Amino acid sequence: MSKKALTVALMDPPYESENLTTAFRILDVAARRGYDINVFAYEGASGLAFTRQMPHPNPVHGKNVAEENHPTTKDQVAALLAETEKNGGKLDWVNCGMCVDERGVGEFVPGTRRGSPADFHAFVEASDNVLVIPTK
Amino acid sequence: MAKKTLNIVESAYRAVMEEQDDTVLWLLAAMQGAGAQHTVVLRGNAVNYAVAGQGVPGLTVGEWKQTQAPKMDRDVLDLIEKRKIPVYVVTEDLAERGIESRELVPGVHLLSRTALPGLFAEHTLVAHW
Repeated sequence: MSKKALTVALMDPPYESENLTTAFRILDVAARRGYDINVFAYEGASGLAFTRQMPHPNPVHGKNVAEENHPTTKDQVAALLAETEKNGGKLDWVNCGMCVDERGVGEFVPGTRRGSPADFHAFVEASDNVLVIPTK
Repeated sequence: MAKKTLNIVESAYRAVMEEQDDTVLWLLAAMQGAGAQHTVVLRGNAVNYAVAGQGVPGLTVGEWKQTQAPKMDRDVLDLIEKRKIPVYVVTEDLAERGIESRELVPGVHLLSRTALPGLFAEHTLVAHW
């Protein structure tokens, strides 16, 4: 069976919906199967790979930084890159350039890149399937 | 004396995995610590927050694992027991979802929709989240 290529378009910003958790669950399975994965991070999702995200303590939970172990999406993106490579796949994670500029989130996780709608078009053309997870 | 605020929480399970809690309940708990005086009404899908024994496995991405996944029943109990914030649950919304009152964490108050206006009258501000 030939290797599968999957494209996922994301729109939600980190820390504001459950959509991204669903997306990362799907992407994790694809990475474990060694698929080639393309992600087009559009609008708020262009902040997912922003490297200046920081975990924080949670005084309401009564936990320090280590105990709270707050998730950051930049760590999830980095883990996805590593898992894809480990299983023989390729992850091309594109951060929409204009979306990035609007938000000032131009420092990406290494291995992700700046791109444009033309990249999304190319992804669609080259993929076996495309999943769009829009903001509602 | 702080203004008494009635908080009607309807939005539910939004970003709870990434935040490891509900951001509205978290905000109310934090404000209570700063001297605010809050009451909470769970309505709509948010009534499910009061169901005891819920939980979810943490997110896993490759070698990365979430270790502190949210537990919403724990957070509701924290409001009631530690913060002394009264928490009401709308009974009609429970019934519509097939949830029985015996399934709820201890300490929540049951409230009919028809009794809500009476609660409004007891508070200075009403916030609908």
